[in-house]
Amino acid sequence: MEKVKKGVRLDHISKIYQDPKTGKDFYAVKDTSLTIEPGSFVTLLGPSGCGKTTTLRMIAGFESPDEGEIYLGDEPINELTPNKRDTAMVFQSYALLPHYNVFDNVAYGLKLRKVPKDEIKERVTKILALVELAGMESRMTNQLSGGQQQRVALARALVIEPSVLLFDEPLSNLDAKLRVTMRTEIRRIQQEVGITAIYVTHDQSEAMALSDQIIIMNKGVVAQMGTPQEIYYHPVDEFVADFIGEANFLRGRMTGKDGRYVTLDVEGNPLRVPGRDGMEAGTEYTVVLRPEAATLADEGGLPCRVVLSCFMGSYQNYHVMVGDTLVKLEEHNPKNKRIYQVGESCSLVFDPESVHVL
Amino acid sequence: MARGQGAALDRKKLMADPIMVTTIVVLITFLTLFILYPLAILLVDSFVGDGGFSFGIFQRIFAMPTFTRAITNTLKVGFVVGILSSLIGLLFAYVEVYVRLNKFAGGLFKVVSMLPVVSPPFVLSLSMIMLFGKAGLITRFLLKIYDNNVYGYWGIVIVQTLTFFPVCYMMLKGLLKNIDPSLEEAARDMGASRWKVFTSVTLPLMLPGLGNAFLVTFIESIADFANPMIIGGSYDTLATTIYLQITGAYDKAGAAAMAVVLLCITLAMFAVQKYYLEAKTAATLTGKASRARMLIEDKSVKIPLTILCSLGALFVIMMYICVPIGACFPTWGYKFFPLTGKWFAQVFTKYHGLKAFKDSFVLSLIASPITALLSMIISYLVVKRKFRAKGFIEAVSMLAMAVPGTVLGVGYIRGFSGGLFHTGILQGIYGTGLILIIVFVVRSLPTGTRSGISALRQIDKSIEESAYDMGADSFKVFMTVTLPLIKDSFLSGLVTAFVRSITAISAIILLVTPSFLLITVQINEFAEKGAFSLACAFATILIIITYGAVLLMNLFIKHFGTSRINKED
Repeated sequence: MEKVKKGVRLDHISKIYQDPKTGKDFYAVKDTSLTIEPGSFVTLLGPSGCGKTTTLRMIAGFESPDEGEIYLGDEPINELTPNKRDTAMVFQSYALLPHYNVFDNVAYGLKLRKVPKDEIKERVTKILALVELAGMESRMTNQLSGGQQQRVALARALVIEPSVLLFDEPLSNLDAKLRVTMRTEIRRIQQEVGITAIYVTHDQSEAMALSDQIIIMNKGVVAQMGTPQEIYYHPVDEFVADFIGEANFLRGRMTGKDGRYVTLDVEGNPLRVPGRDGMEAGTEYTVVLRPEAATLADEGGLPCRVVLSCFMGSYQNYHVMVGDTLVKLEEHNPKNKRIYQVGESCSLVFDPESVHVL
Repeated sequence: MARGQGAALDRKKLMADPIMVTTIVVLITFLTLFILYPLAILLVDSFVGDGGFSFGIFQRIFAMPTFTRAITNTLKVGFVVGILSSLIGLLFAYVEVYVRLNKFAGGLFKVVSMLPVVSPPFVLSLSMIMLFGKAGLITRFLLKIYDNNVYGYWGIVIVQTLTFFPVCYMMLKGLLKNIDPSLEEAARDMGASRWKVFTSVTLPLMLPGLGNAFLVTFIESIADFANPMIIGGSYDTLATTIYLQITGAYDKAGAAAMAVVLLCITLAMFAVQKYYLEAKTAATLTGKASRARMLIEDKSVKIPLTILCSLGALFVIMMYICVPIGACFPTWGYKFFPLTGKWFAQVFTKYHGLKAFKDSFVLSLIASPITALLSMIISYLVVKRKFRAKGFIEAVSMLAMAVPGTVLGVGYIRGFSGGLFHTGILQGIYGTGLILIIVFVVRSLPTGTRSGISALRQIDKSIEESAYDMGADSFKVFMTVTLPLIKDSFLSGLVTAFVRSITAISAIILLVTPSFLLITVQINEFAEKGAFSLACAFATILIIITYGAVLLMNLFIKHFGTSRINKED
């Protein structure tokens, strides 16, 4: 596609809704500013009610922001109705027109744009080949499987060559296996076409697999924006750390500092970890420890007691108590390792470089 | 927090859509002019006389014994009819949903549920008189009772109950189907007898629904004009009293005040029904049955219930069949054979039957597509769009449901005979076919809108959003997506509007001028005069027309309806 790629910019966007029960106004999205680079795949990730879908629907034009301005490329689009915006959305429920067949569904947007008949046929055929539905043109949509319907929805959005493709939890109605296949497909097609894509989901593995950038939202505000690696290894707060992957939180007061390392007092034990800027002795800090980053040994780390030991196949799942703190860990490839039983006392061992201080 | 910008943007987006804005403006004008204004003028006229604001007119009408008696009569009839109809309706609904029926009984149930759709309002009154009256086929010739009086309180109650219980039956059937069978099975499992299950589980769950059915029937009964007119005799209800006040006493101001009283009664009930009971029904009966219900096979329950309902159904069917047969007897009550077609012939040769059918047919035919389209547009706006006047549009079109035809008729007389606010503006439409068409539209609009709304609620909002997102404007979305998806509802709305229009009488009888002959008005006239054979002949042809329309609709839905798409898989 020769079209100039466009990015999306949200400038101090807010959306206020009324709580139907209390009648009180609340911010569904609050003072959110974002820049989405042209051609990138960006995911809005968060628990339900965090404002991610509202944000997407404001970009599509279904909702109007109460504060701020949305730009598509350099053009402000607040006043444009959805049909005048150069965006196309793939809906959670596919939203295919049930009285049209596959071809007519995909051709719908082109017909509205008064594209000549021959060109419609050509473009629809091409796009259906791209989503691997060639030969299905005359099927009615209810004769298709969920995955196929999703491909039609994707083709319908792609065929009008929008500047931005919007996805509203498109895979949540599919079964687990198909979800994995489809997300690979979506990523492949997006990269082939080179289109800017904004994708809403609450499934972190989907976000990880698809995105150039992940935006984590919580209670209407952006908690963190970054690449999947940045978000996983350097979460900005406990919410992000907990939402992306599993996380254990070790809390301790800072007792000393040497070079880039600091020492914290965790449940009465000294713990030496890499520090960050602005840390002060005497303040309590939280350390994020991922379950796969730690292991159990007879000695040499934080003393702990096993409260759960469970074989999961590819790993052994442990819950251990370090003082009063519960730590969950996954010992991968446990076949030839010593298995600790419930009640045993042992030691929690991990590489200080693999933890992150909040 | 200020929501100003969002609201302003929503408004701007709406204004960017001229067809949509025009539609909304036209709708609001129509609803205001033809529903709100006639009711408002009634209120104004009954308070403001020559000497300014006063309660004088109300004092005058409440001093009339005929009027106060009419209020008591109306409420008494409405209450009894409401109770009887809901109970009989419940019995039919229960038997259909819970008991395994044989083919014959199942067929009877279907016919009973169809009848109120196709039948003109006074058919049952006619057959009641012909079967049980002084010269009644059953009373006089079978039972040899020579002085049976069907006119009056019991006549109205029986006829109205038979007319309205199928509506309750259909309403309650829908609710019973939503009861999760496992609730009742749990009660059975804990040792409750079938009767105990009914009284301790089924009935309490159905209570709000029963209340709802009761009030709906109550309102229908109060608003009913045709039956009390024909079979009421000297027992007058509010609807007939208002009619007589205009046509007999020429007291338009008094009639207006009486109409206000009638309107207040129905509005109050409608408010209770709509905002209290409907919400409660939805709250107690949520969701769907988890699986199919084990039907009652027990013969000691099945046989008596089936027989009881079948007899009831047969009785109702017999009442309807009596009308065409009655039209074929040479002289009702004296000479039954040989059957003759002379009454049908007279309808056309002597009594301008052709003109009557043509007028009724043409006016209804014009009104029904307007009604169907308007109600679909209103439903679309109410369910799928958001804008400020939406609440107004929804409220007014629902309000029309609570307005008795007689009240509307008086409102139109007061509101348009002298022009808008008696200024002469729009006076031109009074006495024309146009005002009759408008009345037809207004009278059928609530039913159409209600069915449109429930059809649209079934459609995933994102289907329309996706079309909008693809670049279609509101008009395109409505024409290419919404309307095709609710085609069935649109078609049935079309036919319902037609049937309702061609069988309408209560408002029309007040507004029709001699230049239009309407079938229903003719039937009423002949029945009043005691010319039952002629009334029956007219009614028979009317039933054939309405039944034909319904058959045509079913044929259309079968071949072009949306259900066809779903059947393909």
